[in-house]
Amino acid sequence: MTWFTILGLITVASPAILVAVLGISSIIDHPLSERWISRLVQTAMITGLLASIGVLALMLDNDDRRVPIEMGHWVILSDHGDVSPSELTRADHAHDALFHFSFKFEFDRLSVPFVILTFILCGTIGAFAEKYMHREAGYNRFFMLYAIFVLGMVVTSLAGTIETLFTGWELVGLSSTLLVAFFQERQNPCRNGLRVWIVYRLSDCGLLMAALLLHHLSGQGDFDSLMGAGAWPEGVATLPAAQAFTVGLLLLIAVAGKSALIPFSGWLPRAMEGPTPSSAVFYGALSVHLGAYLLLRASPILALSPALCVLVVALGLSTALFAAFTGRVQADIKSALSFASLTQVGFIVAEIGFLAWLGQRWAQPTLLYIPLIHILGHACARTLQFVRAPTLLHDYRVLENAIGGRLTFVPPRWSSALPRSWRNWLYRLALHRGNLDAILQKYIVDPLVFSLRWCDGFDRWVTQRVNGQSNDSGDDGN
Amino acid sequence: MPELHFPWIEIAILLPLLGAGWVARIRDPISARRHCLVFATLAFMSAAAEAQDFYSLNIHQATDHWHLMTKFIGRELFAIDELSAPLVPLTALLYLLTALATLQTKVPRFSFSTMLVGESLALALFSAMDPWIVISLLIASSIPPSFELHRRGRPTRLYVLSMSLSSIMLVWGWYLVDAGGRHPQSLWLLVPLLVGVSIRCGIFPFQTWLSDLYENATFGTALLMSTPLAGAYAALRLIVPYAPDSALRWLGLGSLLTAVLASALSMVQKDARRFFCCMVISHTAMVLIGLEVATPIGLTGALCVWLSAGLSLGGFGLTLRALEARRGRLKLTHFQGLYDHAPALAICFLLTGLGCVGFPGTIGFIGTEMLIDGAVEAYPHVGPLIVIATTFNGIAILRAYFLLFTGTRYSSSVSLKIGGRERIAVLTLAALVLGGGLIPQPGVSTAFHAAQELLKERDARFPTTATEHHAAKSTVRDQAASEMSSHRPRNAVPR
Repeated sequence: MTWFTILGLITVASPAILVAVLGISSIIDHPLSERWISRLVQTAMITGLLASIGVLALMLDNDDRRVPIEMGHWVILSDHGDVSPSELTRADHAHDALFHFSFKFEFDRLSVPFVILTFILCGTIGAFAEKYMHREAGYNRFFMLYAIFVLGMVVTSLAGTIETLFTGWELVGLSSTLLVAFFQERQNPCRNGLRVWIVYRLSDCGLLMAALLLHHLSGQGDFDSLMGAGAWPEGVATLPAAQAFTVGLLLLIAVAGKSALIPFSGWLPRAMEGPTPSSAVFYGALSVHLGAYLLLRASPILALSPALCVLVVALGLSTALFAAFTGRVQADIKSALSFASLTQVGFIVAEIGFLAWLGQRWAQPTLLYIPLIHILGHACARTLQFVRAPTLLHDYRVLENAIGGRLTFVPPRWSSALPRSWRNWLYRLALHRGNLDAILQKYIVDPLVFSLRWCDGFDRWVTQRVNGQSNDSGDDGN
Repeated sequence: MPELHFPWIEIAILLPLLGAGWVARIRDPISARRHCLVFATLAFMSAAAEAQDFYSLNIHQATDHWHLMTKFIGRELFAIDELSAPLVPLTALLYLLTALATLQTKVPRFSFSTMLVGESLALALFSAMDPWIVISLLIASSIPPSFELHRRGRPTRLYVLSMSLSSIMLVWGWYLVDAGGRHPQSLWLLVPLLVGVSIRCGIFPFQTWLSDLYENATFGTALLMSTPLAGAYAALRLIVPYAPDSALRWLGLGSLLTAVLASALSMVQKDARRFFCCMVISHTAMVLIGLEVATPIGLTGALCVWLSAGLSLGGFGLTLRALEARRGRLKLTHFQGLYDHAPALAICFLLTGLGCVGFPGTIGFIGTEMLIDGAVEAYPHVGPLIVIATTFNGIAILRAYFLLFTGTRYSSSVSLKIGGRERIAVLTLAALVLGGGLIPQPGVSTAFHAAQELLKERDARFPTTATEHHAAKSTVRDQAASEMSSHRPRNAVPR
């Protein structure tokens, strides 16, 4: 076992152990004390961070640009008979297998910065939340979900196969949903949590279908075989353009859901119902960038299809425009920050689409470092803004005291050139967030729910007719 | 045929039957439950020993040692093979945990002796291979719930009509197949059998009786009638080995439609029992899809989903039953905020619910992936709909979770905390759901062997099927590989 393997395993194991300890204590109804939870979180975050920095140092020292760590096959089915436990850990067995599901982590120039960012931001927010959530009734629950989120982020960032990525992706989705509904004695957070979950699940269909399609095209889900040889960003995918377009389109659905791109943007401000630390780290910093991360990982596929690149740029720019327009009229700081965050995410997505195409044309794939740097910088800056959000009024007062007067807002000159009725209409449109949610509700959700209720009503009617009496007579069950 | 080391099969079947007679004589319901638990535990231990004995022999099929029943009846009735080996202990476990998790306040309403009769019939069904015995046991196992409905003064017409029709169709259908040398060439010969199995599984448009049963019977009875997926077993023994591809294709498409429809309906249910019923129908249909694609991966996926659905839905149902025992009929029309009172139940609800939909890390994950893979391979155009079905199920689970456990603060003067027995039951199932998810290889390997055996049996009757599947699969892969290599850019960076 090499140092790479040891450090790589520690990177993944530290949040996994945290999940196991907090999970077991929760399920047996013996939650740990605040002090113990705090210590465990700190230990896990620092250990994970040091291990990932260690991997980076070794990579720089050995001039390795990609270090895959095989965890063996989770499941392998072979026509040749039984698979022994030792063979489960052998990667070469996969070629003879009828079906295999492998866990593989890949440390490269994309995943290592992202995983280090994850540990830094989650560690910071963990320390912040220890104080912020002190004596809160759901302290244990918060950190349980936080641990699942960190594990999901680490697994997604380091995933070397699309199945591994899907596992982490789903963990992030579930923990985000439950944290949006953290204040569960109120109805709104729960409604918003459910809405976030619906968007996540629907968009995850895209990822699952993309994974299936890739499996059918290549017989396995390794990114190596899908995205081509060579370390990121120099990998060259080997799919035909038409298939690359289809796979990319499915991935784009998953990206749009996770990163709140149009038409799924409505969930982002709703997600702000959760506690501030989770809003900061999830929707300001990490979770919202996960879609962009997936696009970067799939950039060799993007590069194969100019049409797909155009689509990605268009989606990114329209989201940026929408978020900038809508964010201007938000009345609460967390919503305003979420739209500001979305504006940048839109730009990042557009950058990825444009630079993937340009990188392919100019044979300069290193251009893709630009959006990666954009992600890292934006995530850190936005986390700071989010954790300062609860003290915004205090900060304003300090600022006004320092300059010795009121802060003033000067509207842009072009806005006064518009007729008043237009301005009012635009204001209302922005306030209603472009009516995106209302449109989805009216044209998709309502007809679907109506038809399903009709089917259910018909089923009840048939039962009633055959039985000759209604089933609604009440019963306290057993 | 090889034999087990001990007559485990017959003991597992006879013990609950003996227990039913014993418990029926006890008037005190608390005492009846205690005795029922003893018999259910012994039956589970025998079933587990039966499976363990079978796996240790490393064979494909085995009969009982000493052949006790054979001596009386004159023919071999029961055997165990790789398909039934995991199902027998699973069924016994579900019955045991249902008895264990029955709250003291609800004990007088639940007939433990009828439950033990049901257990005996279910264990016998999963140990039967001969089609006529399978059909007889299916018919017999549908009788006890009708007595319960009648005893509770609930409407029985729909249930009795559906079960009668299903029974007639099964008998008629198998008579036609049997008369044709068990090698039906015409699809029409199989129609009665397909209808009989579809009714039993609740496949659209025959799903109404199951929701009716859930609304009118006790939750425990409805749960035990539906979660071991006896209808799927009928499909496995009566249809999959004998039906040509065209018949399987039609039943598969019907199952796909049912899976999507039931999962979609589960999202809008206003009653927790109907919601659970939709989940059961959707999962039964998904298992049938896998059985009917008849490829090694699809079939393995179906068997894995069968086990995971049995465990997860069992745990999920028991959690709902425990909640219902505290709050009465659960409505999904408003928030109920039960989390603070029963956090352990909330966690188990979420865990088992996510296990049902194949969430990563739970027992259903790999099975669902394989099932989807097999379905997409068999039905490239409509197969992806199964992804939609799992998505809808996932949405429905979280919706129910939020409505039942959050959204308000429920105040109660009495403690609604989970009891010791209930805790053991739901924690056992939660541990199995997570354990099977974290170490899936043994379960998947077993299912794969079972699938291979079934396909061998099928290939003996329809020799072209397997060849076609392999050829089709390799052609798709080869085409993709050749397209990929022909489009490989020349300036590709070397590895």
